[in-house]
Amino acid sequence: MSSALKVELGRRYRFSASHRLHTPHLSEVENYRVFGKCSNPYGHGHNYVVEVSVSGDIDPATGMIANLADLDAFVERRVLEEFDHKSLNEDVPAFRDTVPTTENLCIEIFQRLKSFPKAKLERVRVEETGKNSFEYAGENLEGNRP
Amino acid sequence: MVLITRKIEFSASHLYHNPNLSAEENRRIFGKCNNPHGHGHNYTLEVTVGGEPDPVTGMVLDLKELKGILEREVMQRMDHRHLNYELPELAGQIPTTENIARVIWQLLDPKITRGKLQRVRLYESPDLFADCYRNGAATAGNR
Repeated sequence: MSSALKVELGRRYRFSASHRLHTPHLSEVENYRVFGKCSNPYGHGHNYVVEVSVSGDIDPATGMIANLADLDAFVERRVLEEFDHKSLNEDVPAFRDTVPTTENLCIEIFQRLKSFPKAKLERVRVEETGKNSFEYAGENLEGNRP
Repeated sequence: MVLITRKIEFSASHLYHNPNLSAEENRRIFGKCNNPHGHGHNYTLEVTVGGEPDPVTGMVLDLKELKGILEREVMQRMDHRHLNYELPELAGQIPTTENIARVIWQLLDPKITRGKLQRVRLYESPDLFADCYRNGAATAGNR
């Protein structure tokens, strides 16, 4: 195995959820100024795409950094079951006091996945729509890639 | 540094089987990828090269040159091939996306002499891919 090379495995997942961007630290007028229609009191939804990248040595017996079945099951349990068809504001404890922007969603998903035991979590990238995406690599600057 | 990326697609078949493991272990680890007759994918390869644009041509490297390298090194070896049986570079290895991406990096890196290979991304499907980078070359900005 070439140690001059770093190999990562990337996997995309999907979930649909609603959210509302609103903070009690601002007035109603300021909330609308900052968040616009995303502050609509009844919330709105997105089809999110979550791209998870992990790194590690390729096991010569399997050719894999991590078995996809293990990664899929971990992401399913830690993220998709908790987020899919939910209200991020109401159903995810982390967003009771934090605005569920996709930036914060990236960080929350990273925190939930970083203990994946079979490989090192490098980065989480979330597409809120097909036109915008957000990435978080923890405090590891090496995880930031174009 | 400026990064340029070229994308190609190829179709190939493979199967996952480790002869050192029992049939049962092979099925447990590899699931339906262990089907003895193999199966296939449409692979998408993205190759990213970084460098400074040449002051005369304005190019990091001529995309025609990169296209030719990808044709010779990847397409001719892998397109419409069975990766277990027709790719000597993968002999003795399971042809996972990780291993194929690594072989592609090893084939391309010495051939790219204008600019420097920065990333190989190989998609087995839109939802599964492997990335290769030069280890230790990481900076927060360019790769």
